[in-house]
Amino acid sequence: MIANGISRRRFGGFVLGAATLLAVPGARAAAGPTVIQNVSYDPTREFYRAYNALFAERHAAGGGAALDIRMSHGGSGKQARSVIDGLEADVVTLALASDIDAIADHGLIAEDWQSRLPDNSAPYTSTIVFLVRKGNPKGIASWDDLTRDGVEVVTPNPKTSGGARWNYLAAWAHVVAGGGGAADARAFLARLFGNVPVLDTGARGATTTFVQRGIGDVLLAWENEAFLALKELGPGDFEIVVPALSILAEPPVAVVDKVVEARGTRALAEAYLRGLYTPEAQALAAENYYRPRLPEVAARYADAFPDVKRVTIDDPMFGGWRKTQAEHFGEGGVFDQIYRPR
Amino acid sequence: MLMAIGGRRHPRVIPGFGVTIGFTLAYLGLIVLVPLGALVAKAAELGPGGIWAVATDARVFAALRLSFGASLAAAAINAVFGLLLAWVLVRYRFPGRRLVDALIDLPFALPTAVAGITLATLYAGNGWVGGLFAGDGWLGALFGPDGLKIAYTPLGVVVALVFVGLPFVVRTVQPVLADFDAESEEAAASLGASRFATFRRVVLPAILPALTTGFAMALARAVGEYGSVIFIAGNIPMVSEIAPLLIVTRLEEYNYAGASAVATVMLAVAFVLLFAINLLQRLDRAQAS
Amino acid sequence: MAQRSNAATTEGAATRFGLSAAAFVYLAAVLLLPLAAVFHEATRKGLGAFFEAIGDADTMAAVRLTVTVALIAVPLNLVFGLAAAWAVTKHEFPGKSLLITLIDLPFSVSPVISGLVYVLLFGAQGLLGPWLAAHGVKILFAVPGIVLATIFVTLPFIARELIPLMRAQGTAEEEAALSLGASGWQTFRHVTLPNVRWGLLYGVLLCNARAMGEFGAVSVVSGHIRGLTNTMPLHVEILYNEYNFAAAFAVASLLALLALVTLAVKSLLEWHHGDELAGARH
Repeated sequence: MIANGISRRRFGGFVLGAATLLAVPGARAAAGPTVIQNVSYDPTREFYRAYNALFAERHAAGGGAALDIRMSHGGSGKQARSVIDGLEADVVTLALASDIDAIADHGLIAEDWQSRLPDNSAPYTSTIVFLVRKGNPKGIASWDDLTRDGVEVVTPNPKTSGGARWNYLAAWAHVVAGGGGAADARAFLARLFGNVPVLDTGARGATTTFVQRGIGDVLLAWENEAFLALKELGPGDFEIVVPALSILAEPPVAVVDKVVEARGTRALAEAYLRGLYTPEAQALAAENYYRPRLPEVAARYADAFPDVKRVTIDDPMFGGWRKTQAEHFGEGGVFDQIYRPR
Repeated sequence: MLMAIGGRRHPRVIPGFGVTIGFTLAYLGLIVLVPLGALVAKAAELGPGGIWAVATDARVFAALRLSFGASLAAAAINAVFGLLLAWVLVRYRFPGRRLVDALIDLPFALPTAVAGITLATLYAGNGWVGGLFAGDGWLGALFGPDGLKIAYTPLGVVVALVFVGLPFVVRTVQPVLADFDAESEEAAASLGASRFATFRRVVLPAILPALTTGFAMALARAVGEYGSVIFIAGNIPMVSEIAPLLIVTRLEEYNYAGASAVATVMLAVAFVLLFAINLLQRLDRAQAS
Repeated sequence: MAQRSNAATTEGAATRFGLSAAAFVYLAAVLLLPLAAVFHEATRKGLGAFFEAIGDADTMAAVRLTVTVALIAVPLNLVFGLAAAWAVTKHEFPGKSLLITLIDLPFSVSPVISGLVYVLLFGAQGLLGPWLAAHGVKILFAVPGIVLATIFVTLPFIARELIPLMRAQGTAEEEAALSLGASGWQTFRHVTLPNVRWGLLYGVLLCNARAMGEFGAVSVVSGHIRGLTNTMPLHVEILYNEYNFAAAFAVASLLALLALVTLAVKSLLEWHHGDELAGARH
């Protein structure tokens, strides 16, 4: 919030100079690296608002200039595409590694980005849980309940939403971990998506559909989104159900090499991302319902996060994001086949 | 309908043709044609066979069918009620007539996303209108025990498109009706025709071209509509997924050529529709003069 | 518009009442209800929250950007509309129907496509992207891109308003002025412009309303940088996605209010200049 004040004051001049922007695009960065732009996905708004204030404060305390940290939020895939198309992001903080892979494939980020920071470059993790209506009237306790007749499931579209891909993969993991084969998993997902009345394009849209419009019996959601919805939209109206098995969702972060080199912001951008691993930032993540990585912080917030067995994307059943993305979510992939007319 | 005198008989008497046509073409070229050319060029990467394969893919086909089907339904509803509104606004005098007249343009001015969110709020099962049609609502009972679901079904798409297309028919029919010569109506009446017969045989043929134009414009506008539909459609593939959403989905897969191919198909249909309207209007003017 | 009191050419009172009632019910269901819902949601948390949402710095930034974009896009489309109408209505040339169709085209192009075409052209992976990047020119995800997308979407409004009006007026007056020795510019300035001024204003008002309200196309080219490239409709979406429904509808109601003011101004114009405007519609 402190940081945003500057952008507003600059904005008046920016408006007047809308035309001159064509001529002097580098003008904003000319005064030294005091502006960084973080292109992120939808559910991180609250967390990064808090973290940006913390980082700017820390930076000023260390003798740095006042910072202007700009945020852009949207669906993870759409944001990645904007960066590929030229949106100047110093750092990207997205929902899935495959979205950052896509940016790397276009030469904007080094191929080894995921090993440059600890923990697969994912400073916080999450998982997929169920949000049900008060009293859990349909008695939903496990993934199997989602495929019952008469149960309506709300999830966004895996094609357009990163969170929805985790939803899909968690359901897949449930079948395979229970001893099923790929064909069983396919059939299970076809039944599950047969129970979906609305496919919103993003996670926030799906939450709104479930909570505000009263559609569906269960919402598949990021754990952090479920907690937030509970807090913001109606404590007492909803309950969180945690399945016995879910997926380890790792929303990764990366410095966009091409951009920081052009703008001279590498040091600042790297410090910004490294700062996410500090105890204070980890505590902020936990308070915004992301599971922290640092063991000491995780221990402090252990009560807040229920125990759940979490399958990773590198498990042999998936074989990493690159393979999974092409096989399940690419054009004509497994997800598309669910909706093929037979 | 409108007089077409002048120019035709005295070509190029009036100066400024070079400057204005030059500016028009340059501006149109830069803003519309070059960008649309880039789109077609991108789609062309797939080759004609590739574009055909995209257009006839079952899911794309279902989306196009929904987009055109819902647009046709919405345009038809607006043709009937647009004619009615135009009739009431032109022929009757009542307090607040100008206010009602002004309201007609609201869908032009209200941002489509706001319209979409608002319509979803109203037509969802727990909304003001959706509640009436729900199983326990007093209109829903007419549709069986589960009532009638509007939001998140193809019906919701039609609702949004009716909103978006409302001004077109009213605004094309209104001036023609206002200019309509009462003498032929009087003549018909004096020959003993009933009021309805007069309307059907005398008035309707005169306003039919304008009505068709309004219908076609409402249709063309509705086919491409995205912002207001996406919030109320449900977006289920093969059921309630509209064609513009497929373009967005293709983009999310970094499949620019595929997105451009769907876009090119829609563009071609829109162009043919509009060209037909303009030819129709031209013929109509030629007939009138 | 003469009063039609002749019994032969009007309907019975009952029919009149029935038709009017049907028209009003339709209008109420399709237009008034959504409008009422916008204001209802906006003021649900009280007027204090309403004004707080509108006074928020990010909202003000969005308002400023929206106004700036409209201030650039509308005058450009005004000049285009005048030039196109002059060329089309005062002259004969082959391919006129095709030209009018091309002017209409942005009406029926999906907003998603309107945004996409600029990405294909100016994006880093697009046709001109590498050249622009090499020369340090930013169009996409900055104000120029938003302006371009807005111009595209609103391009037909003024031209479409003027063409039928100027066609109906014919060329006799211009020819008279020219034969009296007036120059082409003087003829335009003193004969044509006064004749079309109210239609022109109406076109500008609609163009402006649409320019400020455009969502789909702008959403594709904006980049959604808070306080920087967010227009009002995009800001509505952001607030909505933050579960800040009252604030989202408060900003939306500003846009609806803008639409209403636009329509009221138009109505006033018609009130005072009804005859001149009568031919302004197509």
